Order: sequence, then C-alpha cells, then structure tokens
Amino acid sequence: MRVRVGLGSCGIAAGALEVWDALHDLAAAPGLHIEAQRTGCNGRCYQEPLVDIVEEDGSIHSYGRVSPQRLQEIVEAHQSGAGPLNAYLTSTQDQGDEFLGRQIRVALRNCGRIDPESLEDYRLVGGYEALQQTLAMSSDEVIAEIKTSGLRGRGGAGFPTWFKWQDTRNQPASTKYVVCNADEGDPGAFMDRSLLEGDPHSVLEGMAIAGYAIGAKEGIIYCRAEYPLAIKRLSIAIQAAREAGLLGDGILNSSFSFDIRIKQGAGAFVCGEETALIASLEGERGMPRLKPPYPSVNGLWGKPTNINNVETFANVPWIIANGGAAFASMGTTDSKGTKVFALAGKVNRGGLVEVPMGITLREVIYDIGGGIRNGKRFKAVQQGGPAGGCIPEAHLDTPIDYQQITSLGAIMGSGGMIVVDEDACMVDMARYFLDFTQKESCGQCVQCRIGTRRMLDIIERICEGQGQPDDIELLQELAQQISETSLCGLGQGAPNPVLTTLRYFREEYEAHIHDKKCPAKQCKALIQYSIDVDKCTGCTICARKCPVQCIRGDKREVHYIEQEKCTKCGTCLEVCPTRFSAVRVD
Amino acid sequence: MTCGCNLPKRLEAALDCEVDLDLIRGVLQHHHDQAGSLITVLQETQAVYGYLPMRALLLIAQEMKLKPSKVYGAATFYTQFRLKPVGKHLILLCQGTACHVNGADRIATALCEELKIDIGETTADGFFTLNTAACLGCCSLAPVMMIDGQAYGPLTADKARAVIKRIYSSERAVDGEGETA
Ligand SMILES: Cc1cc2nc3c(=O)[nH]c(=O)nc-3n(C[C@H](O)[C@H](O)[C@H](O)COP(=O)(O)O)c2cc1C
Ligand code: FES
Repeated sequence: MRVRVGLGSCGIAAGALEVWDALHDLAAAPGLHIEAQRTGCNGRCYQEPLVDIVEEDGSIHSYGRVSPQRLQEIVEAHQSGAGPLNAYLTSTQDQGDEFLGRQIRVALRNCGRIDPESLEDYRLVGGYEALQQTLAMSSDEVIAEIKTSGLRGRGGAGFPTWFKWQDTRNQPASTKYVVCNADEGDPGAFMDRSLLEGDPHSVLEGMAIAGYAIGAKEGIIYCRAEYPLAIKRLSIAIQAAREAGLLGDGILNSSFSFDIRIKQGAGAFVCGEETALIASLEGERGMPRLKPPYPSVNGLWGKPTNINNVETFANVPWIIANGGAAFASMGTTDSKGTKVFALAGKVNRGGLVEVPMGITLREVIYDIGGGIRNGKRFKAVQQGGPAGGCIPEAHLDTPIDYQQITSLGAIMGSGGMIVVDEDACMVDMARYFLDFTQKESCGQCVQCRIGTRRMLDIIERICEGQGQPDDIELLQELAQQISETSLCGLGQGAPNPVLTTLRYFREEYEAHIHDKKCPAKQCKALIQYSIDVDKCTGCTICARKCPVQCIRGDKREVHYIEQEKCTKCGTCLEVCPTRFSAVRVD
Repeated sequence: MTCGCNLPKRLEAALDCEVDLDLIRGVLQHHHDQAGSLITVLQETQAVYGYLPMRALLLIAQEMKLKPSKVYGAATFYTQFRLKPVGKHLILLCQGTACHVNGADRIATALCEELKIDIGETTADGFFTLNTAACLGCCSLAPVMMIDGQAYGPLTADKARAVIKRIYSSERAVDGEGETA
C-alpha cells in the first residue's frame, strides 16, 4: 500500500509534516507494508492536510483534513481489509468529488500524483518523452505544433506563445536565452507556486523544448524568494536532470546542449514585468523599459530572450506529447486549452482549479468552488489581480475566455480569482488594490507614481466620509490619463480595479460620498457599533474581549459602548454569542 | 559643500557600528566577477548579518567595482532588503487579497497590540519584528502570517495572540535554563 501525503507549502502550513512524521512511525511498525510518498498539493487546499491511499490494485482513496490520529485510523481500516473509512473519505478514482470532477488537468497533470523530488516518478508518468520527441523534430516543426495548439501566454497578457518563439528563433544572434517567469506577484495567486512545488520537472522540460526551438543554450528561472520550497524542489530537479543527462551538454546523446539555473527575486512586484525582470537579472533596479524592442529581439544582456510564464512552460511537454490539436480541441475559438485558477476568498472550496477555457465563472465558483461560505450572498469576483477587475453577479455566466473577460473590464490575468460576499465594500476593494499598485510603482513614470497616489487619496477620503460631489469624475479622469501615459502594464492597469467597481458598483461610491454611509458596513469612519438594550443579557464577553476597554456595564446588566473610545475593531460583534446577537452595526 | 539633506551625518552614524566584514569575503570571492550577481550578493550578505550594514554595502561596491550609489540603489529598491537589524523572530503578516477580504486588518491590530509595536517595527526586547508581505501563497488558509518561515492560518485575533504568547513563553523557558545552568 502506498500512502501519499500532500506536502506543498499550503499543506505544511496546515500540519502535513506532522502527518508525514506519523506515517513514517506507522511504516516502521513490523508487518505493515507501507510506502510513504511525498507529493505536491493536488489543489484541494480547503481540505489540507491531504492523504491518498493507493492500494496494490491501483485503486485510490483520497482523504482530507487528516491529522496524525486520523491517519492511523485510515491506515488501519485499509490494512485490516475493513475498506475505506467513509467518514473522512473525500473521493475515489471512480467517484470524483464535486471539486475535482469538473476539472481537466493538463498543466497540473502530475501535481499531487508524483513525488516532486523524484526524477524517477516523473519519468514513470512519461516525463522527458516529449523532450526526446522534440529532439527528432526540426525547430520549425516544434513551433508549428505549438501554433496548432493555440497556446497563449499564461502570465497575464495572453500573447501567442508560438509567435514569441518564432520571433526569438529568427534572430541571427548566436547567444539566446530562455527565461521562466516565476515571480508570481499578484496577491492572491498561487498557481505557479503549486506547480513548481508539485511538478518542477514539467517546467524544466518545457524550458528545454523552448530552448531547442529557439536555439538557446541557457535557461534561467526567476523565482520569487517568498517561495523557498519551490526553489528547493527546483534545485533538486535541476540537479537530478543534469545527472541523468536531461540537462547539460549533449542532452539525451544529441547535439543539443541546454542548462538551467535559478535566480531569486527580491520582492518587487514590478519585476514580474518582463523588461523589469531582465533588468533585475542583470543586477539592476527592476525598472521596466519601453517596448519595442521586445525581449525576443533585445533581452537579457542585449540578446534575444524568450520569456514565458511557469504555467505556459508546464503545458508545453503535454502539447508535444499529445499533439497541438488535442490541446486546441478544448476551449473556445479565441482561447484554447485549459487554464489554472487560484480560487480563494469567501468560497466554500478554495484551491487550485484547472478548467477548460469557455467554462463560465458561475460553474467555477458554484459547481467547483461550492458557492459562498456561511450562506452569504455572492457580490463579486476579482479576476486578474491589481490590473484586473471586479465582476458582479449579472456577468457570472460569461465564459472564461481572454476576449470575453476583457470586455467586462477585467483581464484573464495570471489566474487569481478572489470571491467576495455581501460583506465586502467595493470602494474598499478598489482602495486595497490601488494601495498595492501605488506602493509597487517603480516610480519612473510621473503618472503612475503620483497619479495612483492621488487616486488613492481620493478613495481614502471617500472611505473616510470626506468624499466630494465630483470625486467620481475626478477618479475617471485620472484613471484615463494614467492608463494612457504609463510606460508599463503596472501603471496602465492600475486604474482597472477602480474603473470596474465604478462601472458595476457606482451606487456604493455614491452612498459613501453623498449619504456618508458604507452599505457593506466596512468603512470604519462611516459605521457605529452599538448594543441592543433589548437583546443584551450582560454576559460580559464583549466587555472582556474589547481591546480598548470601551464597553461598560455590570454582570447581567445591559452593556453600552463608549463611542469616543471605540476603535471600531469589530471584536464585540465577533464575540457576542449568536443566541444573543446583541451587537449592531449601523 | 552641503546640500541640507544631512546625508554625511546619516552616513557617519550608519558607519559607526562594528561589523565583521570578513564574514562576507567568501560571498564576494564567489561572485565578484559574475555579471549581474549584485542582487544575489546582497541576498547572501543579508543572510549573514540578518540585514545589510552600510559598511558591507561599501565593501560590496568596492569589490564588485560598482558605484556605491548603484549598490545602495538596488538595496533600497527591493522590499526584501533591510538596512536595519531585525528581531530574533520575523513575523510576516500577509496583506494579499484573500487575506484582506478575510480580515487581515484585524489580525494586524491584534498583533500590534500584543507586541506593542507598529508594523515595520521591532519589539524593545528584540524578539520580534513585524512586517507585511503581499501574498504568502497559502491563500486558502487566509488570513495567514509567517513566522521564521512557518505559516500559520487561518488566524483569528485570538489565535494570532496565542502564537506570539507561545513563542514568548518558549523564549523565557530557554532563558530560564540559561540562568540556572
Ligand atoms: C506589473 C506586471 C507584473 C507582471 N507579473 C508577472 C508575473 O508575476 N508572472 C508572469 O508570468 N508574468 C507577469 N507579467 C507578465 C510578463 O510581463 C510577461 O508578459 C509574461 O511573463 C510572458 O509570459 P507568457 O507569454 O508565458 O505569459 C507581469 C506584467 C506586468 C506588467
Ligand atoms: S492572500 Fe494571504 S496568502 Fe495569499
């Protein structure tokens, strides 16, 4: 019996290492034949720690929220022949659960199934066969296959991958580079992290195939330093691939040589932009520069450079092995294949989701994500990160496709999908993203540096109840100027969260500005907490928990809040037992 | 010639502390002639000292034949780099989108109160520094914080306080042992 434990960063944070240790203790017991297998995250992050039992006959039973004690019960049940322990079971290979059932896994094909630290595991599932196949093809044939697949860049902009490869290949220079963008800076996105932690070899193989197609000998992975586990697993994978002759000189006994090294980012969101990334690789401040020339012509050290995202590369071996047509058979006319999304926020089942393009947002959020937590109402889904936008209920039946999402004012982006419920204030959402881009602006464009600051000032004053009657028009004017005059995508996209919230939730802005009210009851300056005299039983919980001791009242007496001292932290509302529900927000 | 920015004085103060520069000779030897390795050198230097001492920056400039302004420019551009020492335990509170919509603000308030510091500061006893991060990649466990590389989530204000208290008490236990030994 093989026992797989999901040891991605998310699993480890949820306690998977304790389960892993307990598994080793169990495996040491005499008479038990247990093979422990480390895997990355299979995407069911909402049920971490995850354990799969793989029986000798190949049947798989998946369990969620496994503690060391539960692991013992589960293993004993399987060992004793009592069969699967239904109480903790989440799915079997024949009975996919609601979360995994609708997904099609191409980029994530191996995540959660193989040991990311074992080259042998990767080869057992056909790893590096695509590279072998590639070596028997001409670079034209490889590029043609990618063109047939319709693969577009998964890092945000969605540029056709074959075109970039061809452009880089056509440059006469003898030195060229392949760069993998693993900077994943969008807050709330973790697709690339999971891929690198769960299946690093697929990215290496994709890069090597790209290297062959464009004629490069060197690949560099620019990975953010906040992902130490991804960096560790990549290093192990690179080392193993070199030792097996899959990287380095004369790969697989051919004349093709290609090697890969890792460079760690240092925490600047703008370095995800390709020209800033190149500057950072050269040891400079990460400032984007004007395009053209594109990196394909003038990139790292002035040489032709092909930059792709982690997920883009992970798709490549699958496309070569299964044919571009197989990839193109999924999706819409405009957007082919599958896309990975990091579903988070107020959904019941948050995690990594890979779906065919063309599926609707509603299907992802409700069928896969299980709808909104705690029976609350859906309000919006933020797609595309800081350059993206908030999509309301009315557009949930929009198919996921580059063009359609863009027409809503959001962007496909790299795959962050954050769902918010009725409790979210949309002005605050806009403020949140603007605060982010404003801090991350590299500062070279005046419009981006100062314009975003001014927009933030205006939104902050709206949240403070100081909004002016013409603030909305002022925001729109600034937004237009910033988008039109900024050099890179950071400034160009920065106003999007404001523009989409204005487009779909204008009445919330108006309530803040004209009525000095926050309809979602989030903006502290516009709300007041009070205790309902008819409901308070004087249980004293709120008074004891209040961090600033501003709640008065004796035991079994009605309590009241001293408004001057209240910091509106919301603790009283949180701790007041639901059977009383005596704290009100107005 | 003075420009009123007080830089010479500030530099003097920054250079006034003792730093064992020999600790990074190895780092410099390994990288000094590699083009584009400045950021890697800064990262490895920070790993040695826990921050980037001004004296070390000057030595890096000298050894890598770069202008001090360029080294300082890179050190101040990237949020990973710190020019001041940090506490023994570094708390990174996530302020990513998923954490924001799940109440990261309240965790921030609780941590500031518990530690009696603001974000970006270090406790007087030098045990904790409280910083923020843009997303720790564990969004399904939001709200999340990371202390010394270990992620904690999903947090409530009380849970966050409890984690701090636990680390404090284990620190004290270690201190106590030290005294009796
Ligand atoms: C501000 C900004 C941040 C970006 N961050 C990332 C990122 O974190 N990861 C990424 O793959 N692409 C990012 N991009 C997109 C890259 O510039 C580039 O388009 C992409 O890496 C190309 O790869 P692809 O064609 O495979 O998508 C960012 C762009 C901008 C403007
Ligand atoms: S938003 Fe906090 S971990 Fe991603």
